[in-house]
Amino acid sequence: MKFLPDQVIARLQTEMQTPDLSGTRYRALKLIGRGGMGAVWLAEDSILHRTVALKVLSAESSSAGLAARLMQEAIILARLEHPGIVPVHDAGTLPDGRIFYGMKYVEGQTLDRYIEPLSLRQRLQLLQRIAEPLAFAHSRGIIHRDLKPGNVMVGAFGEVLIMDWGLAKIMAATSEDHARVQAEEDSASQHSPGKPLKEESSIAGATVHGTVLGTPGYMAPEQERGDVKLIDHRTDVFGLGSILKYMMRDDRSDAHSELAPRPLRAICNKAMAAEMSARYASVQDMAADIGKYLDDMPVSAYRENIIERTVRLVNRNRVAVVLVLAYLLMRTLFILFSRH
Amino acid sequence: MNKIVLGLILGGILGILDGLTSWFTPAVRSGIVGIVIGSTFKGIIAGILIGVFARKVNSLALGIVFGLAVGAFLAWIIAFIQHGYYFQIMLPGAMVGLIVGYATQKYGAASQPLRA
Repeated sequence: MKFLPDQVIARLQTEMQTPDLSGTRYRALKLIGRGGMGAVWLAEDSILHRTVALKVLSAESSSAGLAARLMQEAIILARLEHPGIVPVHDAGTLPDGRIFYGMKYVEGQTLDRYIEPLSLRQRLQLLQRIAEPLAFAHSRGIIHRDLKPGNVMVGAFGEVLIMDWGLAKIMAATSEDHARVQAEEDSASQHSPGKPLKEESSIAGATVHGTVLGTPGYMAPEQERGDVKLIDHRTDVFGLGSILKYMMRDDRSDAHSELAPRPLRAICNKAMAAEMSARYASVQDMAADIGKYLDDMPVSAYRENIIERTVRLVNRNRVAVVLVLAYLLMRTLFILFSRH
Repeated sequence: MNKIVLGLILGGILGILDGLTSWFTPAVRSGIVGIVIGSTFKGIIAGILIGVFARKVNSLALGIVFGLAVGAFLAWIIAFIQHGYYFQIMLPGAMVGLIVGYATQKYGAASQPLRA
């Protein structure tokens, strides 16, 4: 009995996974990545002559719930027109019945790789730029819920984009939204309430209470508990804090660096507080504190003692302090010489 | 605080301090009141001139050089009147001018443009 070589099997698997793009404007070029819901393919848009990224539901994940969630992701991205959020160009159904959406192809690196050679100051400046699209999304009533270094891309020209809004949640902003969300949650609760599982269990885009959605190590406590009703923009504050913690880590040992300055550790601790009420009220507030730290100003998360305040003021006004000390020294020398 | 006011206040304060330190020179101690008044006045004039310069010219290096020059020049005038103590008067005077020049450039508020 002849068995197929591994390379042939791998090739067949790839061919099976390759989306059927016949009849569409796209031509698949290569597989970029694979996630829980589907795969992302690099494709060529034959009409606009540009490369795009197509996120396609994988064949084995093609349940009605996941299809709805992928479409929900496309709808959320379409709502969020911001330079820091990957834009969606297209969405629909492929000839093989799989849901897809097309978005901008971002050439760059994920945050975890990009920050490796950067200084702490540069990393913090990057963090401020991550907060901007997040704040925009929150203003549109959308929570990301899966913030981590792997979901932030830095493009070839230094542009920062937040990716993978697959777990994003729309907060009810209007009474119509509220009615729609309530109807979806009522429908979802009839299925598998309180069962901790991954995104596959969500129905029509609504998250069942008790569902644990997120990435271990970056999830807020309310996410870990599956307390879906508590999740709001402060969940993303926690996520941003977890990215800050990652940025502050000691690259040599992978441990959280105890050498990081106290105000910065205080900012991180406040963002990642277990109690939601103890966290920053918004990502803008957290970014503002980071900005104050970078400007050598006192931060709201940390109460300086008198020595720290003096040292900070001296550091901020080093030249003026040196000039005044030089003047006093000169005056002292004159006094001493005049006595002799 | 605008640059001229900052220069005026800082020049005045440093002028007072400058004048008070003459108490440590026994030869001039008897005339300390006049020295303090003169030194304060010199400091205020220097501060105003340096503040006006800082308003017109936004350059830390030039501001420092100008402050140094104005402080030294005004101190020279005082020393000339005193017929002596050139070094003891001009060096601190130049340093005061330098400090005021730096401070007005670094900390003084820029003038607001007129709104239509």
